[in-house]
Amino acid sequence: MTIEDLQELSEQEQQRQSEKKHRILYCSAAGCVSCGSDNVSAMLKTKVKEHTLEKECEVIGTGCMGLCGEGPLVKVQSDNILYQNVDEVTASQIVESHILNGKRVEKNICDTSAPFFASQTKIVLENCGRINSESIDEYVAALGYEALGKALTEMQPHDVIEEIRKSGLRGRGGAGYSTGLKWGIVRKAHGEQKYIVCNADEGDPGAFMDRSVLEGDPHRVLEGMAIAGYAVGASQGYVYCRAEYPLAIERLKLAIKQAEKIGLLGNRILESQFNFRIDIRIGAGAFVCGEETALIASIEGRRGNPRTRPPYPSEKGLWGMPTVINNVETFANVAPIIRNGSDWFSKIGTEKSKGTKVFALAGNIRNTGLIEVPMGIPLRKIIFDIGGGTPEGQEFKAAQTGGPSGGCIPNEHLDLPVDYESLLAVGSFMGSGGLIVMDSTSRMVDVAKFFMQFCMDESCGKCIPCRVGTRHIYGLLDKISKKKATQDDLTLLEELCVMVKETSLCGLGQGAPNPVISTLRFFRHEYEQLLQPVETYLGGEVEVADFEK
Amino acid sequence: MAIKTLTIDGDQYSAQEGETILTVMRQHNIPIPTLCHLEGLSTVGACRLCVVQVEGIPKLLPACTTRVEEGMVIHTATDKLKKYRRMIIALLASEGNHVCAVCVANNHCELQELAYQVGLVRVRYPYLFPKKSLDATHKEYVMDRNRCVLCTRCVRVCDEVEGAHVWDVAGRGINCEIVTGLDDAWGKTETCTSCGKCVMVCPTGALFEKGVTVAEMEKQKGFLKYIITARQKKEWVSFTDGQ
Amino acid sequence: MLPNMSLQEKSQKTAHPSGDNRFKLLDRAITKHQGRGDSLIEILHVAQGIFGYLENDLLIYVAHAIKLPISRVYGVATFYHFFNLKPNGEHTFVLCMGTACYVKGAEQIQNALEEHHHCKFGQTTKDNKVSFITARCVGSCGLAPVAVLDNAVVGKLTRDESIKRVEQMRNSVKATEQTVQEVVV
Ligand SMILES: Cc1cc2nc3c(=O)[nH]c(=O)nc-3n(C[C@H](O)[C@H](O)[C@H](O)COP(=O)(O)O)c2cc1C
Ligand code: SF4
Ligand code: SF4
Ligand code: FES
Ligand code: FES
Repeated sequence: MTIEDLQELSEQEQQRQSEKKHRILYCSAAGCVSCGSDNVSAMLKTKVKEHTLEKECEVIGTGCMGLCGEGPLVKVQSDNILYQNVDEVTASQIVESHILNGKRVEKNICDTSAPFFASQTKIVLENCGRINSESIDEYVAALGYEALGKALTEMQPHDVIEEIRKSGLRGRGGAGYSTGLKWGIVRKAHGEQKYIVCNADEGDPGAFMDRSVLEGDPHRVLEGMAIAGYAVGASQGYVYCRAEYPLAIERLKLAIKQAEKIGLLGNRILESQFNFRIDIRIGAGAFVCGEETALIASIEGRRGNPRTRPPYPSEKGLWGMPTVINNVETFANVAPIIRNGSDWFSKIGTEKSKGTKVFALAGNIRNTGLIEVPMGIPLRKIIFDIGGGTPEGQEFKAAQTGGPSGGCIPNEHLDLPVDYESLLAVGSFMGSGGLIVMDSTSRMVDVAKFFMQFCMDESCGKCIPCRVGTRHIYGLLDKISKKKATQDDLTLLEELCVMVKETSLCGLGQGAPNPVISTLRFFRHEYEQLLQPVETYLGGEVEVADFEK
Repeated sequence: MAIKTLTIDGDQYSAQEGETILTVMRQHNIPIPTLCHLEGLSTVGACRLCVVQVEGIPKLLPACTTRVEEGMVIHTATDKLKKYRRMIIALLASEGNHVCAVCVANNHCELQELAYQVGLVRVRYPYLFPKKSLDATHKEYVMDRNRCVLCTRCVRVCDEVEGAHVWDVAGRGINCEIVTGLDDAWGKTETCTSCGKCVMVCPTGALFEKGVTVAEMEKQKGFLKYIITARQKKEWVSFTDGQ
Repeated sequence: MLPNMSLQEKSQKTAHPSGDNRFKLLDRAITKHQGRGDSLIEILHVAQGIFGYLENDLLIYVAHAIKLPISRVYGVATFYHFFNLKPNGEHTFVLCMGTACYVKGAEQIQNALEEHHHCKFGQTTKDNKVSFITARCVGSCGLAPVAVLDNAVVGKLTRDESIKRVEQMRNSVKATEQTVQEVVV
């Protein structure tokens, strides 16, 4: 396939779509599937057939439409009407009343002018919920692979890197390192073979952004990886996807096959000299494997133990070779940047944090689901305008970002602009984008204990501070929550937290104390309320170490 | 090889490019506690005892894996570092079942030695009293998991030096254990050559020779250097323990 | 395990016990990965897909086939929570304990289930019908609290609903002989 062929394919598909009078889209992402979108889509298809509408009307499964809490979602694209909470009855009404008679099914219409939709800026999710996630043709018709074509024909590898660097794109997997700089290091590093790895381990409990991108628009990630491969001189890529996402794995496999078939992956891509293959590696239930060096160990078939850095994977990664490791969302930003130019991208966001960020809204919030907002948007806007506040109007207490390595942000910091630096400044962390809202019913000690149990269970056990330290921090939190602890225990807890944070080997241990530190910072009284006054404390002194010779 | 100059605790030293901070410190007899590190085995940087502060770097770095760089200014014994080291040893003490008075390695134990070195007097963390197993199925040696500190020296020496890879770490986190085969009896594994290297490198009384009693198990680590020098340089130098 | 036998005999012995053609499927996957040691995790996935869980003999078989030390295979199999070394009950109830589900009351569901069905999470009911398992975020947080019942995600769970679902599972008649799925990774 040449660039011209790609162009033609795109036009053909656009033509095909425009010949249809109606496109009925239903969300086939995990959220809606679990509320029964399969039955809904079956009904839609049956009805379309029953009324012999196949010629003018197609029924298509798409990626996540965003408002997961109100699923299943169905959209009549031609009229731009979104239906929520669709069941089989509504589905048949959509065909028989809306499509056939032009009469909308009012009771299920979702107001798309509401802030949930209106305040979003979509780059990563531009195709999610709009195209058939299993069709490469539809992706191509939506300007897919144009950026890869542009890179291969009009740009030198270092131009690509320069463009990404100038765009200000930073890693979306947590730490926010400049993607362009990372690629530049790998390009310069010596190695006969170089690798591109897409980190789709998304272990942060409470986050499902990467999953939605992989399920809804898998080609976008593949395209981003291929562009990275061209930029740094790699010919092999891996997507490391967690095993808990079977649908994402299936869609990825299909997408890779499709792209290989028409020469967008494999040898001599778009008839250039560039070869690039992508394989999938499946995780096996270990959060720590999201850490880049553990991820490498896991791809190499070993226990997912992190190792000390340097050397960084950009110098010594997979099988000791220079390796780019980026998050799913990071790769998903690459094609639009190459297509539209770095200036376009860097106009969005704040001075240091460019572009958009996808968040998964969950917890005690009215609109749970997936959103994409420009960097720098105030947290208040996300929670109250887009998220609609707490469901029954309970008092908002805190928002948690950054998962088990992150922190809580209380009411008084709600006007904080959401970007890497501001979040760090209040002791939280961008993380991959899980945003959990807690209301007045949540006890912060329990929240901290919950996260610490997570870290304790997920610690790989390699280094002592994390392996044993998280166990004791958990024990102390448990003691506090059961009202059995004293002021001394609280002091011990604080000391341990700082020590584990500073001495642990990898990001898991270094981040594990954050939820405790941050809840102590903003909700210390909740801890203190639970402490025993010293006098009534009856527990014995802990035994003295028996290291006597 | 380029020469790098660096400052350690206020004094200037020079080092070869590629050397670790620990190597330089050992060359100049600057004391620093280590546990997972053992000359002759690969470094894992896992015990975190040897962490040092390098000016200009916000994170603490393990001396055993960090390579020297020109102009590094290193602090190895600040109050904070000393405190952290005490805490690490205390964590280890609370994690296992260490009863020195009845241990075969009493007086010859690196953990005990480290506790003295870092000045640990009291463990403030509750003892976890884990239920650990003792494996006495091997005809010459015993493995007592109660005393294991998971330094993985035995795993590494068996894999890297003896080449048998009898041992490995199983489980995860606080439940990690050193096992042979499918966590079955050591005596049953067909791969163990009974060379005893794991026993000799074990810092504690977790691995010991059958028949020894309290405080009798002395470990000779000199053989490692001997073998490695012989392999790499074809030089068979005298085999006396440096200690 | 089979003591007093050479490794080779052992692997031949375990190769096709009773002409089990499931091993053929496994062999095919191993060949596809050219018997490379670094494909261990891929192969364990396939093995578990075929056999349901990773029995000791199976681990030994894999170790020999890709020429890895047995302790290393065991170390990997016990590191990753996705791998089961013991068989599950007939049905599985996987309760999500991720943040979103926790905030929405997953713990109460856990307590209710444990109390009502006299079975702790991490264990299987006495009648061997249902295994209670916890998971860390199944990625449907928008529908929290969430559980995966025999591979189907169920969202917005309540305590009563989950107790009822488990009762249904326990009352169900034993499924007919499970068909071997072809698992190709
Ligand atoms: C414990 C731990 C878990 C992590 N999990 C993930 C993850 O699930 N997904 C991810 O993209 N990055 C994760 N990371 C961050 C990665 O190590 C790495 O920084 C990231 O993949 C780099 O990609 P980026 O530059 O595109 O952000 C994790 C880090 C740590 C320490
Ligand atoms: S910090 Fe925790 S997860 Fe990271 S290496 Fe240490 S024990 Fe393993
Ligand atoms: S048995 Fe000894 S050498 Fe092996 S990990 Fe335990 S303490 Fe270290
Ligand atoms: S000796 Fe350096 S980390 Fe253990
Ligand atoms: S937290 Fe339960 S599905 Fe994500």
